[in-house]
Amino acid sequence: MTAPAAPRDDRSADPAALRPDEAVLTIFERGAPGRRAFACPGLDVPAVEPAEAIPAHLLRAEPPRLPEVSEPEIVRHYVRLSKRNFDLDSGFYPLGSCTMKHNPRLHERLAALPGHARLHPLQDPERAQGALELMWRLERALAEISGLPHVSLQPSAGSQGELAGALLTRAYHADRGEDRDVVLIPDTAHGTNPATVAMAGLRTVTLRSDEHGGIDLEDLRAKADERVACLMLTNPNTLGIFDPNVTEIARIVHDAGAILYYDGANLNAVMGISRPGDMGFDIVHFNLHKTFTQPHGGGGPGAGPIAVSERIEPYLMVPRILRRDDGCFELRESGFERSIGRLRGFHGNYGTFVRAYAYICSLGASGLRDVSEAAVVNANYLLARLAQRGLAEHLPRAYPGLCMHELVLSGAPMKRNLGIRTLDLAKRLLDFGFHPPTIYFPLLVDEALMIEPTETETKETLDAFADAIAEILDEAARDPEIARSAPHTTPVRRLDEARAAKQPVVREALGAAP
Amino acid sequence: VTRYTAITHADLKAMLAAIGVASVEELFARQVPEAVRLRRDLDLPPGMAEQQVYALLRGLAQRNASTEDEVSFLGAGMYDHYVPALIDMLCERSEFLTPYTPYQPEVSQGGLQVMFEYQTAVSELTGLPVANASVYEGPSAVAQAAYMARLRHGPGRLVASAGLHPHTLQTLRTHARGFGCEVVEVPLDPDGSGRTGLAAWRAAVAGEAPFASGEAPIAAIFAQPSFYGVVEDAPALCAAAKEAAAQAPRGAVGRADAAPLREAGPSRRAGDGPDACQPSAAAPGAPPLVIAQVDPITLGILRPPGACGVDVAVGEGQPLGGRLDFGGPSFGFFAARSELLRAMPGRIAGETRDADGRRGFVLTLQTREQHIRRERATSNICTAQALNALAGLVYLVWLGRHGIVELGRLLLARTQYARQALCAIPGVAPLHAGPVVRELALRLDADVGRVRRRCLAEGVNPGADLEALTGRPEDRGGLLVAITERRSRADIDRLAALLRAALPAARAPRPAAQPADGPLPRAAGEEPEEEQPRLSDPQPHGLPRAGAGGGALARAGHTHASAPRRRP
Repeated sequence: MTAPAAPRDDRSADPAALRPDEAVLTIFERGAPGRRAFACPGLDVPAVEPAEAIPAHLLRAEPPRLPEVSEPEIVRHYVRLSKRNFDLDSGFYPLGSCTMKHNPRLHERLAALPGHARLHPLQDPERAQGALELMWRLERALAEISGLPHVSLQPSAGSQGELAGALLTRAYHADRGEDRDVVLIPDTAHGTNPATVAMAGLRTVTLRSDEHGGIDLEDLRAKADERVACLMLTNPNTLGIFDPNVTEIARIVHDAGAILYYDGANLNAVMGISRPGDMGFDIVHFNLHKTFTQPHGGGGPGAGPIAVSERIEPYLMVPRILRRDDGCFELRESGFERSIGRLRGFHGNYGTFVRAYAYICSLGASGLRDVSEAAVVNANYLLARLAQRGLAEHLPRAYPGLCMHELVLSGAPMKRNLGIRTLDLAKRLLDFGFHPPTIYFPLLVDEALMIEPTETETKETLDAFADAIAEILDEAARDPEIARSAPHTTPVRRLDEARAAKQPVVREALGAAP
Repeated sequence: VTRYTAITHADLKAMLAAIGVASVEELFARQVPEAVRLRRDLDLPPGMAEQQVYALLRGLAQRNASTEDEVSFLGAGMYDHYVPALIDMLCERSEFLTPYTPYQPEVSQGGLQVMFEYQTAVSELTGLPVANASVYEGPSAVAQAAYMARLRHGPGRLVASAGLHPHTLQTLRTHARGFGCEVVEVPLDPDGSGRTGLAAWRAAVAGEAPFASGEAPIAAIFAQPSFYGVVEDAPALCAAAKEAAAQAPRGAVGRADAAPLREAGPSRRAGDGPDACQPSAAAPGAPPLVIAQVDPITLGILRPPGACGVDVAVGEGQPLGGRLDFGGPSFGFFAARSELLRAMPGRIAGETRDADGRRGFVLTLQTREQHIRRERATSNICTAQALNALAGLVYLVWLGRHGIVELGRLLLARTQYARQALCAIPGVAPLHAGPVVRELALRLDADVGRVRRRCLAEGVNPGADLEALTGRPEDRGGLLVAITERRSRADIDRLAALLRAALPAARAPRPAAQPADGPLPRAAGEEPEEEQPRLSDPQPHGLPRAGAGGGALARAGHTHASAPRRRP
């Protein structure tokens, strides 16, 4: 690979290639009074003046200041904007713990079928049997994959799945007359874990990691007392390490009378290899948008179904999907007196269920296992490639040994040796056409880079990525300023985030504020 | 090798050699303890070719009656609006469809500018100065707003109108039990208007009988229009909430407890003390946050919540160019007064400059968020609904400044027409007297389930059975009819004709001993109903064989009572 020229003023790499002022106009700054894209269907009933039907003080005085633009202007504006995005379909996107795997287009076609896309959530169950059956089948498949028998698809995303888990834990202990309010969370945990714990009215106690990147068992034993409601664990964790002591961890937690919660963000590493239920977990959430390949949409939608053990089942959210003896499916809300209730409207993000179910059908049992195997092979190969090139002196592995589906490197030596930070490396990768890995996470690794290649990338891509890192380090040894001032080929250069936070401008000013 | 992976035999050999292991098995054996290895295949069927998967899921789709298969007056939170082709085209673009959350702003300007424009559109629509980049959907948006009140004011009461969607009330209760707040439900006005009872609302906020409480009111929540379609007197509710809070016993209001929800125990980490930077604490004695759950499609007509005195406006975004998708994914919008900006949940895009001084956009105020603030975050939300919010933005831009008013007027006129046409039928009356704007509740002097089945048999879904949704006895006989621009006068006339025909037959009383979820008996004179189509029997492991699962669309006319009939 040839290194992109750096630094340069020419913006020809900007695919939108607009004049700078034109490039950043918002839709609110385009158009002209009188332009429109919408033609309202003609009035086929007697006209009603709003003031005839609704008291005047409840009516809007002036129309909202939405744009006045034609359809061609809308298309051009948003197509141009789209070209200022990097996307998975265009290039490698190794964000750690985000599982940026290929999104099959079959799924989009299926989700758009009118029988799925235009089905009203309050349609009578007997007229939505296909949808309910799909949900039921997905529940059964997720139960098998997780090794936990009962599933609710309802949570909207992983974080809402976590909240469900925390509330289920509370309900379980309360039902047994126990007052437990502590949730143990390792120091490698995703930030959602402690935030969720607070929303559920519980409190977080942090567990140390040991020298191998797993949970420090001594610390766990010391903290696993009668006030512990739950341990939330990601396994493999955010270091890409499968905790070798997981059965002992489960024993300690269960002996303390607490629940084990599995954050399924990293389930992509273990499908068909190892099941959270068999490890001793009581609750697991799935990130359908990670493991089961929903397009991420620039920040959603996702879905966060949960699977639970028998002892947690009575508390599951409603409505539940039941398969009756006659083979028909129903949604039932009544008769679950111990349920924690409902976490959101309707039945969950059905559109993501269609895609996840299609994915499971496409791959089948052995295909899902192949996915996890390939994800782990790819991660270890990339790890080996990065070491092979003699890069380890600058970017050593945070913890030694093999990894599961992702790897964490530390850029601390690079910063010392070459004078560039992890942030600079990440920004320079943009010039090479790669999305950078997750950076500065997990928090316990100095200058962390967290790389998850996923199973859908080819060996050639992994090689090219390793070559790019090598080249950036070589370049930094000669002239660190290139990386420090990167990126050089993107539509904009580094942005002033401090300014954005100090004087927040979070909407277009349209004259006087509303 | 699956069709979505790419490691050939030759690749694998080279890769394993580079890693330094002999086999894939060794790679796992050295990391995953044998005791937790799954030493069998997953009990799932083998994979299928793309065309087989297509056939299977198309078969399932065909067993659903969509809004293309029937004339649907279903609403109650999600609506069958026309979705312009433009939205499909833009949302299918790889550049919008496949990126992650914009963590690298230099290569995410498209998505970030979309968020900024979206926030502007939501702010304009709601008349509130700041908005976030989306939350999950409507009911949980209300719960997020209530959590904001909890973080600002400390523990207290959440006063909630009975005019909120039942799913909102249920969702709020689930979340509130978690963060330690009580939900007090304020009944509708006994005057029959269908509006929230103003006197009861005042009493509930003030903590007076019959809502006597020593707990401070931290939020007062209503829907505009209400779940029943009625336009609330929003300014009066806002003013009453603030006034009543001022009358609440001193000390009961606004504890300004911005510390974590539970006091720290001895096992707390050093350095976890109350955060001096916590930006969101309310002043002692501060009035409760007034939160409105708003239907955005009505905001071309109705006074924006910000102009009514609402502090936080949230709602379900699906009416704005979203698919029905059997209930999701959609998006929730979240707008608020300026001083609440740093207390908001979720992502927020902000404008800034790049190193060359050019305009650009970034995710901002991230210190509110879970990945930085962890247990003191304003929410645990991270992945939200960016793609659905894009659809919402494009829809609002497509409607434009005048289109949203024109559409609102069309819906209003058709809703008034429907009210007149339907209530002219003997045995049909408005459930409430208050004004309606795009949805109306009727009371049928008949069994709603039977009326609905008669209409469904003719290809018209007359709307939602209110009592089945709310479980309220006063909603017995209630039918909630939603109007969109896709429901023409001819459709409304057809619904009227069907109701007129169906009502007399459905008026016969039910036998007393009616099993709750059993089949409905046939009334005398009612024609025999068609048998439920037999569904293909799924295999126990949950996945069908290739090509299975087709079958005809469940036809109209059913012998099975629809679940759920009752609420717990």
